[in-house]
Amino acid sequence: MTFLGRLGFDALPFYSPVALTGALVEVGGLVAVVLVVTWLGKWSYLWREWLTSLDHKRIGVMYIVLALVMLMRGFVDAFMMRTQQAVAFGSSGYLPPEHFNQIFSAHGTIMIFFMAMPFLTGLFNIVVPLQIGARDVSFPFMNAVSLWLTAAGAALVMTSLVLGTFSTAGWTAYPPFSEVAYNPGTGVDYWIWSVFIAGFGSTMTGINFVVTILKRRAPGMTLMRMSLFVWTTLVTSILMVFAFPALTVSTALLALDRYLGMHFFTNGGGGNMMNYLNLFWIWGHPEVYILILPAFGVFSEVVATFSGKPLFGYRSLVYATAVIGILSFTVWLHHFFTMGASPNVNAAFGIATMVIAVPTGVKIFDWLLTMYRGQIRLTSPMYWTLGFIVTFVIGGATGVLLAIPPVDFLMHNSVFLVAHFHNMLVPGALFGYLAGYMYWFPKVFGFRLDETWGKCAFWAWILGFYLAFMPLYVLGFMGMPRRMEHYDVAAWQPLLIVAEAGAVLIFAGIAFLVIQLVVSIRNRETLRDCTGDPWDGRTLEWATASPPPHWNFDDIPEVHDLDELAWRKRHAYKPKTPSRRSPIVMPDNTPAGLLIGAFSFLFGFALVWFIWWLAVLSFAGIFATLTYRSFRDGTEHLVQPDGLPGESR
Amino acid sequence: MSDPADTAQARTAVQTAELQAVEERQTGFWLYLLSDAVIFSLLFATFGVMAGRTAGGPSAAGLFDLTHVFAETMLLLASSFTFGLASLAADDGRTTPAIAWLVITFVLGLGFVAMELTEFSGMIAEGAGPQRSGFLSAFFTLVGTHGLHVTAGLVWIAVMTGQIAWKGLTGPVLSRLQRLGLFWHFLDIVWIGVFTFVYLAGSL
Amino acid sequence: MNLHPQGRLQTRSTLWFLALASIVLLGGCSATDLPIIHPGSAVALSQRNLVIVVFGLMLIVLIPVWLMAAWFPWKYRAGGNETGYRPDWSQSLLIDAIVWAVPAILVMVIAAMVWIYTHRLDPYRPATGTGPPLEVQVVALDWKWLFIYPDQKVATVNELVVPAGRPVQLHITADTVMNSLFVPGLTGQIYAMAGMETRLNFDAEKPRDYRGRNTQYSGGQFPDQHFAVHVETQPQFARWAAAAAKSGSVLNQSAYDALSSRKSASGVKEFALADDNLFAGIIAKYCSDGGCRQASAASAR
Repeated sequence: MTFLGRLGFDALPFYSPVALTGALVEVGGLVAVVLVVTWLGKWSYLWREWLTSLDHKRIGVMYIVLALVMLMRGFVDAFMMRTQQAVAFGSSGYLPPEHFNQIFSAHGTIMIFFMAMPFLTGLFNIVVPLQIGARDVSFPFMNAVSLWLTAAGAALVMTSLVLGTFSTAGWTAYPPFSEVAYNPGTGVDYWIWSVFIAGFGSTMTGINFVVTILKRRAPGMTLMRMSLFVWTTLVTSILMVFAFPALTVSTALLALDRYLGMHFFTNGGGGNMMNYLNLFWIWGHPEVYILILPAFGVFSEVVATFSGKPLFGYRSLVYATAVIGILSFTVWLHHFFTMGASPNVNAAFGIATMVIAVPTGVKIFDWLLTMYRGQIRLTSPMYWTLGFIVTFVIGGATGVLLAIPPVDFLMHNSVFLVAHFHNMLVPGALFGYLAGYMYWFPKVFGFRLDETWGKCAFWAWILGFYLAFMPLYVLGFMGMPRRMEHYDVAAWQPLLIVAEAGAVLIFAGIAFLVIQLVVSIRNRETLRDCTGDPWDGRTLEWATASPPPHWNFDDIPEVHDLDELAWRKRHAYKPKTPSRRSPIVMPDNTPAGLLIGAFSFLFGFALVWFIWWLAVLSFAGIFATLTYRSFRDGTEHLVQPDGLPGESR
Repeated sequence: MSDPADTAQARTAVQTAELQAVEERQTGFWLYLLSDAVIFSLLFATFGVMAGRTAGGPSAAGLFDLTHVFAETMLLLASSFTFGLASLAADDGRTTPAIAWLVITFVLGLGFVAMELTEFSGMIAEGAGPQRSGFLSAFFTLVGTHGLHVTAGLVWIAVMTGQIAWKGLTGPVLSRLQRLGLFWHFLDIVWIGVFTFVYLAGSL
Repeated sequence: MNLHPQGRLQTRSTLWFLALASIVLLGGCSATDLPIIHPGSAVALSQRNLVIVVFGLMLIVLIPVWLMAAWFPWKYRAGGNETGYRPDWSQSLLIDAIVWAVPAILVMVIAAMVWIYTHRLDPYRPATGTGPPLEVQVVALDWKWLFIYPDQKVATVNELVVPAGRPVQLHITADTVMNSLFVPGLTGQIYAMAGMETRLNFDAEKPRDYRGRNTQYSGGQFPDQHFAVHVETQPQFARWAAAAAKSGSVLNQSAYDALSSRKSASGVKEFALADDNLFAGIIAKYCSDGGCRQASAASAR
């Protein structure tokens, strides 16, 4: 072992011109960002207002920026896979197997951990404190640490594009394939540490939002007056607290096998790889609901606002959400019906799985009934919602099919399965996040996003989705497995070409999202909203200015109704302004979160490359940062709500 | 802001915020403990799955020195008791006894970790290291994870001793001490599980 | 449709159409392209029928959802029919009961089917047919399949030959990472795992060719890890086995070691079997000194 462990010049991606191009694009992009910020002279602004900020709204925006950047990276991976499969009939296509296999592993890892998770966490951050009438989350510093740990994980995955290779073991890293005996390189280690570090961030996010929602609600806001988005956040956060430890354990045990030669999941030596599948999916299945419940929350908000009616069956929806949360822990075995368990076990887990379809079905009907006898405004968030309802039920139906063990024996590991979970996660989760992005954007920035480009993006995405994934359902019946780098069945190719066309359309959808943002920023004066309530909203976040002040509300609102703002409008209620406001305690900015993230990145990087001294140093760095901060008191300052910043304590 | 009314108001605001923070941190810490409890239960379950997978190596029977483990257990239980005394002293505002009991707790905890390391190195020397079999991997990982927690607890005790000496028993320090107490007692409970399911059940 | 080169163009255009017209047209495609839709065994037929019946049941929910999702936004659009607007209507016990009951009843019906068919189509349950099951031992290797016929004393690589009308029982393990054995049209899939044995039972109705493969991604040449399945008449099968036994190549431990250590895909090979304990030895390799005795017992139930 040398000074830099196993890191040497051979780590550079000269093994494939495509990978080399990817690395150059990434490094070039990074350099370009640095140059642009320098040229604009914005470093100190960026540092002061964003990187060191503990403001939940700023942290939320940074999460979503991360999510959108990683969405592009994840999509490029998807596009490369679709292109490879469209051309690789009877030939090897343009990607060698060792590259193709990295791409599908990276695509899954990125989309789950570094696109969906940051996106939903960003929405929590932006919306929840505002909707419950709070000034911030309970633990603003821990919030920043969560953000920077997630970013550190994402940075590790991105680094694997330039130095070394990423995992070829799929996003689930099943052993024994992911063990050293079959996968000795850096790939699986990159996967382990990026997921492990980001997982810690998610656990902390979960704790933070459970406490925030339980302890920081405005006076009068009983549990049954919380908006549905807050409810889904609460259930999701509880799932994070209880499910993510299973991910921590499964990745840690895999790491022990790989680094210390233990025998948890090895072939031989007393290892038991079936245990990994259990541990991983004990996290993995609740994770599906972690991704999807927040989107259900967004749809609930959007459909009520734009129908001009309270949500139909609010109580049903709350109970349905809670039931889904509980049931999500009872179905993990359906990810491996084909492992040879007894029919009693398989049938029990199959039935438990389809029981989840009941509360989910209830939700669909409740959203539809919210529209019934409403006054529906078809804005872009509403487009995403309708597209979701129509498409998601198809995924629900195929999900019920897959929950039947004998049917799963046909469809497991096939592209039918791939189509199914994309059918759940693209309309079910991503459409919800995008609806939330367009719905709450004016709250954060004070101007709306362009509607026309938003609707164009919607049409491109949804048509692209159908074109890309419906052929995969059919290909499942034709017996096509997932993760094929090439194939020799002529009948598959036409459908794969159709799927490629779908990917092109989705690419247009992403381009339209970018155009929408640029156009909206350019036209921000005409799109400006000075009321703080651009959509005729119903909940508390619309009762403060857009963008809200750092402290959210000058006076903490008192809550009278589930749809508090609608209630206020109806009753022409004006809260009394107190003659004298007491000052507000707000947390100071601190670079400690960013530092911890940076040290965590170095820690993960050092472990991947066996640079032991750096691992020790960076771990010490994390510890020192935390200890230093714990010795400091008075990390808050006072704010006078009339606009005068107070003095520091 | 020189107005005395303003200053008084500001003080109230800070105090209210501090009280709320203490309560929230307590709740948050309980959630963390629950989350950590899930980690331990999964490690226990994994140990259960791996218990018979000895791959021709030593099995639990005859592997453990129960007297040694019993002494370890006593050390940890005693440290929980002395931590309780430290908490009582701290709640009464008696700084010196609080520090003294914390130091004693630290020494007892250190003794526990030292005994565990002795046990581990003895096993490794006998060829019963974690690489030997799935069973031993699970044993070292479960017991070692608890040991790492105790070590983290020791570091935390050291830091808190420093904070009491440095700042005195202020509100934030007391609240941190309370959470450290939860953590330390939690590790006791986990250890009872380890003692029962790993050592006792294994030796029977 | 056929798969000969001159027919490929026609195949493609048909499939283009199929892709656009979706799943309804699946019946019009040939058995080779859609083995799951045109199965050749009682097990696979029941599995397919289950797909169709359950999907039909799901339409009970899907169709009303689609209708409401199309009708409501148009009917109640702002600036449309303002008289129907009821800004407070958000509760109805009756409708609540219906929206819970309909999916619940539907799921209960399907759950009953799940219980019955999961047991009836348990892959460990011997298939019906005449005579005792033909036993075949299967070993997943990188990246090929080894089939051992202990009674016929032959072994093959990437070729599974079975007689029609007689139940077949596969005993499956792996001498590498986890694989999953699947023959669309004939049987469902099950994992192949080192140190453990899993089983598949099926019955092939009549002579026909299928293609089986590993569906669990295993790196390297995973895409090429498929095998030919020939269902023959019983006399043909007997003739084939006798010929294979005399083919000249012999599979003993050293030949097996050479085969399994060569990490690559492979064409079809046939051997005479010289070592009756080969399969048991491959499983035992990962269970030295009873280390994973428990596991193999569990997987064999």
